[in-house]
Amino acid sequence: MNWRGALTIYKAEMARTGRTLMQSILAPVISTSLYFVVFGAAIGSRMESIDGVGYGAFIVPGLVMMMILMQSVSNAAIGIYFPKFNGTVYELLSAPISALEIVVGFVGAAATKSLILGALVMVTASFFVPMEIQHPLAMIAFLVMTSVTFSLFGFIIGIWADNFEQLNIVPMLIVTPLTFLGGSFYSISVLPPFWQTVTLFNPVVYLISGFRWSFYGVSDVDIGISLAAIAGFFAFCLFIVWRMFKTGYRLKT
Amino acid sequence: MTHETPTGAGQPAVLSINGVSKTYAGGFTALKSVDLDIRKGEIFALLGPNGAGKTTLIGIVCGLVTASSGSVNVFGHDINGDFRLTRARIGLVPQEMSIDMFTKVKDAVAYSRGLFGKPADPAYVEQVLRDLSLWDKRDEQMRALSGGMKRRVMIAKALSHDPDILFLDEPTAGVDVELRQGMWQVIEKLRQRGKTIILTTHYIQEAEEMADRVGVIRQGEIVLVEETATLMAKLGRKQLTLQLAEPLSAVPEALAVEGLTLSEHGDALHFDYDTRADRTGITTLLANLNAAGVSVRDLETRQSSLEEIFVDLVGGAS
Ligand SMILES: Nc1ncnc2c1ncn2[C@@H]1O[C@H](COP(=O)(O)OP(=O)(O)O)[C@@H](O)[C@H]1O
Ligand SMILES: [Mg+2]
Repeated sequence: MNWRGALTIYKAEMARTGRTLMQSILAPVISTSLYFVVFGAAIGSRMESIDGVGYGAFIVPGLVMMMILMQSVSNAAIGIYFPKFNGTVYELLSAPISALEIVVGFVGAAATKSLILGALVMVTASFFVPMEIQHPLAMIAFLVMTSVTFSLFGFIIGIWADNFEQLNIVPMLIVTPLTFLGGSFYSISVLPPFWQTVTLFNPVVYLISGFRWSFYGVSDVDIGISLAAIAGFFAFCLFIVWRMFKTGYRLKT
Repeated sequence: MTHETPTGAGQPAVLSINGVSKTYAGGFTALKSVDLDIRKGEIFALLGPNGAGKTTLIGIVCGLVTASSGSVNVFGHDINGDFRLTRARIGLVPQEMSIDMFTKVKDAVAYSRGLFGKPADPAYVEQVLRDLSLWDKRDEQMRALSGGMKRRVMIAKALSHDPDILFLDEPTAGVDVELRQGMWQVIEKLRQRGKTIILTTHYIQEAEEMADRVGVIRQGEIVLVEETATLMAKLGRKQLTLQLAEPLSAVPEALAVEGLTLSEHGDALHFDYDTRADRTGITTLLANLNAAGVSVRDLETRQSSLEEIFVDLVGGAS
C-alpha cells in the first residue's frame, strides 16, 4: 500500500484549506453562527420548546449537521475537481497509487475540515444557547460518519462534474433543500401526517434526528434506523466510487 | 551529436508494447496494433504529425488512457497487473502545461515525490532542481515563473521519484530556440544519468538532433523504427538517372565516382547522392559527362519511399 501517497494528498488538501482560511473556515463558522443569533437567541426566545428542549438549543444539532453536509460535499467535490480542471490529475493517474489511497487522501481531508468546522460551530453555539451533550460518543460517531459519507458523496460529484456549474448544482439543488426540509429547524412531528411520511424519504432526516438524540436524548426516528441509514448511504457512495475508478469514469479515456 | 555508437543496442527492452490498440469512446481508432520495444538508456523519438497517436500511446503506458487491446510491459511487469511497480519507474511530462499555479516550486516537487510513495529526500530534490536551473526559484509560486521555467518544473516533478524511464511529450512545443537548446542540454544530462528517454515530436530535425533511434508513427501505426543515423542516411538519398543517347559498355574511366553505376543494358547511368551533403557531386558529374563526350537524352531524379513519409513531417504540418 502506498499510504505515503494518500498522506501526501491529505496534506496538500489541508494546506489548500490553510491558504484559504477565510473562505474555508471562517465563512462557514460565521454564517452558521448567524443562525444561532437570529433563530436561536432572537426568534427562539419567542418559540415554544420542542420535546422539552429550548428552541435555540434544539436547532444546534440540525445547524451543525447542515453545515457539515454542505461543507463536506463542496470541499471534497472541489478537491478532486480542481486537478481535473487544471490538468494535474495526470499525476494522480500516473502515480503508483490505488483508487482507495486517492479516496482516503481527498475524502479524509474533506472530512477532517468538516470535523474542525463542526467543533468550531459547536463551541461558538455554546456561547449563545444552553447546550448539553448526553451521548458524546454517539455524537462523535455521527459527526465522523456524516463527514466521511458526505465527503465521499462530494468526491463523486467532483469526478462527475465537467464544469463549475455542475459542481455547484448538486449542493445547491439537492443538499441544501434536503437539509432545510430535514428537520434542522423543527421536529417533524409538527408536520401533518402526510408530510411526515414524505419526510421519511429524506435521508437527512435520519442524520439530524440521530445527531440531535446524541445531544438531548430525543429523536424523531429510532436511533438504530438513523445509524442504519447513514451506514447504507456510506456503502452506496463507496460502491459508486469503486465503480467510477474501476471503469475510469471521467478520469481516464 | 554523433550517432555512430547508438546507446543500448542489443540490450533487453525496458519497455515493451505489444499489439496495443486504442479506440476512443466516440469510435475513433487512434492506435492500431502498435508494437514497440524501447532499449535501456536510449533516447527514443516518437516522430509523427499531429493526431498520429503519440500522446495516446504515452497515455496508455503511463495509466491515463486504457488500451482497447494489447499489453504493455515495463521492466518485465505488466502495467495493469503490476501498476505499482511499473509506474514507480516511469516519469511523465505531459504535452499540456498542467500545474497548480499557487504552489511553490519545491512543494510541487515534494508533492509529486510523495504521491509516488517515496520519503522526502531534500538532497536529491536539490540536485534535480539544480540540474534544471530551478534551485533559485524553489520558493517561488508557479504563477511567478516564465513558460520555460514552468516546463522545467514539470520535468522536475516527473523526476522527483527518480524514474528510470522518462516520457517527454513534445518537450519543445511552443518553446523558442534558446529554450530548445536548454531543453536538449537537460535531456542529454538525463541520459548521462542513465535514464531512458522517450520523447515525441513532429519535427524530424529534432529527432535527428537528439535521438538514438526514431519511431515514425502515422495514423495510429508505427511505420518504421530505425537507428537515427541509418534513417538519416537513407532519408537524404536520392537517385539521379541519366538516359544515354548511346549505350555504354562500362562506366568511362574519366567519370568514375562513388555512387555512379551503369544500368543493366548500358543505356543509363544511376547516380546515388545525398541531398543533404554540402556538395552532391551532380555538377561535377554533368561537367565530366560533357568533357567525356557522353550525351544525355533525358534525366530524372527519384527519392526513396521514406522520403514521401517525411514530406508531411519535415515542415511539422499535419
Ligand atoms: N479523448 C479522446 N477522445 C476521442 N478522440 C481522441 C481523444 N484523444 C485523442 N483523440 C484523437 O486521437 C487521435 C490521436 O491523438 P493524440 O494521441 O493526441 O495524437 P498526437 O499526440 O500524435 O498528436 C487524434 O485524432 C485525436 O483527435
Ligand atoms: Mg500529442
